Amino acid sequence: MRKLLAASLGLVLAAPVGAMADAAPDIKAMRQEIDAMRADYEARLRALEQRLKAAEAAASTPPPVLSVAAAPTSATPPATSAAPAPAAPAPTVTAASGGGANAFNPAISLILSGRYTQTSQDPATYAITGFQLPVDAEVGPGTRGFSLAESELGIAASIDPWWRGAAHIAVHPDNSVSVEEAYVQTTALGNGFSLKAGRYFSGIGYLNPQHAHTWDFVDNPLAYQAMLGTQYGDDGVQLTWIAPIDHYLEFGAELGRGRNFPGGDNSRNGAGMQALTAHTGGDIGASHNWRAGLSVLSADASDQSLAATNSAGSAVTNAFSGRTQVWVADAVWKWAPNGNATRTSFKLQGEYLRSTRDGSLVYDVGNTDSTGAYRAVQSGWYLQGIYQFMPRWRVGLRTERLDAGTPDYGLNASSFADSGYRPSKNTLMVDFSSSEFSRLRLQLAKDRSREGVTDNQLLLQYQMSLGAHGAHGY
Amino acid sequence: MMNRKIFPALFAVALALPALPAQAALRVLACEPEWGALVQELGGSLVEVSVATNALQDPHQIQAKPSLIARARNADLVVCTGAELEIGWLPVLLQQSGNAKVQPGQPGHFAAADVVRKLDVPGQLDRSQGDVHAAGNPHIQIDPRNIAQVAAALGTRLQQLDPAHTAEYARQQADFAQRWQQAIARWTAQAAPLKGVPVVSQHKAFVYLYDWLGLKEVAVLEPKPGVEPSASHLQGVLSALKGAPARMVLYAAYQDPRPSEWLSKNAGIEAVKVPFTVGGTEAAKDLFGLFDDTLARLLAAGAKR
Repeated sequence: MRKLLAASLGLVLAAPVGAMADAAPDIKAMRQEIDAMRADYEARLRALEQRLKAAEAAASTPPPVLSVAAAPTSATPPATSAAPAPAAPAPTVTAASGGGANAFNPAISLILSGRYTQTSQDPATYAITGFQLPVDAEVGPGTRGFSLAESELGIAASIDPWWRGAAHIAVHPDNSVSVEEAYVQTTALGNGFSLKAGRYFSGIGYLNPQHAHTWDFVDNPLAYQAMLGTQYGDDGVQLTWIAPIDHYLEFGAELGRGRNFPGGDNSRNGAGMQALTAHTGGDIGASHNWRAGLSVLSADASDQSLAATNSAGSAVTNAFSGRTQVWVADAVWKWAPNGNATRTSFKLQGEYLRSTRDGSLVYDVGNTDSTGAYRAVQSGWYLQGIYQFMPRWRVGLRTERLDAGTPDYGLNASSFADSGYRPSKNTLMVDFSSSEFSRLRLQLAKDRSREGVTDNQLLLQYQMSLGAHGAHGY
Repeated sequence: MMNRKIFPALFAVALALPALPAQAALRVLACEPEWGALVQELGGSLVEVSVATNALQDPHQIQAKPSLIARARNADLVVCTGAELEIGWLPVLLQQSGNAKVQPGQPGHFAAADVVRKLDVPGQLDRSQGDVHAAGNPHIQIDPRNIAQVAAALGTRLQQLDPAHTAEYARQQADFAQRWQQAIARWTAQAAPLKGVPVVSQHKAFVYLYDWLGLKEVAVLEPKPGVEPSASHLQGVLSALKGAPARMVLYAAYQDPRPSEWLSKNAGIEAVKVPFTVGGTEAAKDLFGLFDDTLARLLAAGAKR
């Protein structure tokens, strides 16, 4: 009987080839087949009944995800029916109690975040000595006391077989709303290519493309705050390509408007920002993996308002026109025993940023108004380690330094005094995640961004995610 | 400006490279070891299989690491469990791969859970219930009858993707199906003494195994799916077992054995490490070994009393 079954199975499977030999008209085999089909249909009926019950029970719950599984399962029923569990008819729409037009609703996620901040120095006087930053730059620990932190609404879905789209809307503590990202991305270019258009975080470095809720510390490193306006996002296009080899090698090119620092939003034809990225990485055994990369971003600015302190120690506003080039070298290494990070894991990450600003600077706009050449080469780095010492608990340490360099102010040289001060910061954090959707964090920092002043910071933060929770990148 | 020069150069290189010669073998990336083993059974020398995870990793918690992106980029077929098991990493992996062939809905994307009947489909979807899967329990591979169904659908898919070798795939599939049905008959007979045996699970990972063998799950060590067992919950399970004793506690090879070992010690029942997938234990070398060893371990523990 086993042989018979196997024979009929073989025939059924061979059928698509066209090598269809006449099956021996064995009554026994036919009866068997009929029995099998009957069992199959009965089981399917049972499954349908179960689904009906589930749908009834779920009548009051929101419509769940639609599993669009276009599996052309022309699986031969008799071949599988020897097993009592029935083969579900290929594409199963999971209990769409909402159905209709809502069935195509995109995945919606909401990140809720809030914090308590305590600082020994007034955040209003925050500055990074030696770095001229835009007047409205979001640097430092932000407001003191209780505040809503950046809460973020994310919406994503496939658009058609060729495109997908995503938007991330950030709600800020001051009741303002901003579009963090809103882009469309190809899904069907193939050959390792992917094209993105719209507003997005540039792919430079390691931390830059990551959303705030995936950071391991409450804030971004000083080097990012001083040279990339905390996180560089722009309007433009990005093309990435992954080499067709077994080793990971990815290149990216971006053209953008240059709407954010170090660029200056200027309306003109062409691109105000160009970026090139290259990343590689791999595994070392089952327990270790790594990624490293090199990126460069160039952005143009004209009449960019910068807050600065002059040689007399008073605050002035300058205007920079010219080009900025930022090089970023990044590396991350992750460890988990056997690659299973459920209990313990470790992550070591570091980046080095070097910024060259070249152009002209108008000193003390509105008063002195003297124009001189300007060239500044500045750099900074951070190194951080995150150790998960038991499930749900992690501890992290970050150390960072900045070098403001010795800017060449041209004709304005006498208006500025360089102290050669090197801003630095050390940060310690502990966080607890009751599940992968929630995190509570305590962060302590000694921030020496301001010359001669130590700011002791204590931050408490919660970050929770509800709704669809998109997968995170590496 | 130097990057003005690099830019066109990069483009030229990028455009020239796709015209590489077609690979002889069908390149398959399997998300979990059981599907890698199944593709190998069905494809033989016609396929080149790489597996994204090993048996000691929790398939819920994998990262879209560089080596996986490179492999997804070059794959002709991605074979995964689906049913949201890989939701934390597969979507981003596929997005970043730049590979149109393996996107969901394409013939190069195969989700095994789509072709089997799923158990534990939640009537209510709310994360207060823990890490529930809307599509049902995704751990389908521990019922060999599911493997048979997936094999049938997967064999068809291989033929569709590589029509030049249709006959060979059909032959290998028929051969596997025959050996598998014989094995199921053998396992089912072997496992007869396990019918109705009360057991405790560490994670709700074994429903398909229980459905097949008729084991009775009387308690779960995780208070909610994906939530680590707490001391108080373990105590609760322990005292509940006094009234309705279980014969053994099951945990998967990739899981931390400590909660099960604790219960084993305190309740005086056997803790059974289930290989869960190919490679989970020394003996689970292939799909046949997976079930041979699973049954051997269950029977050994069940016979102790």
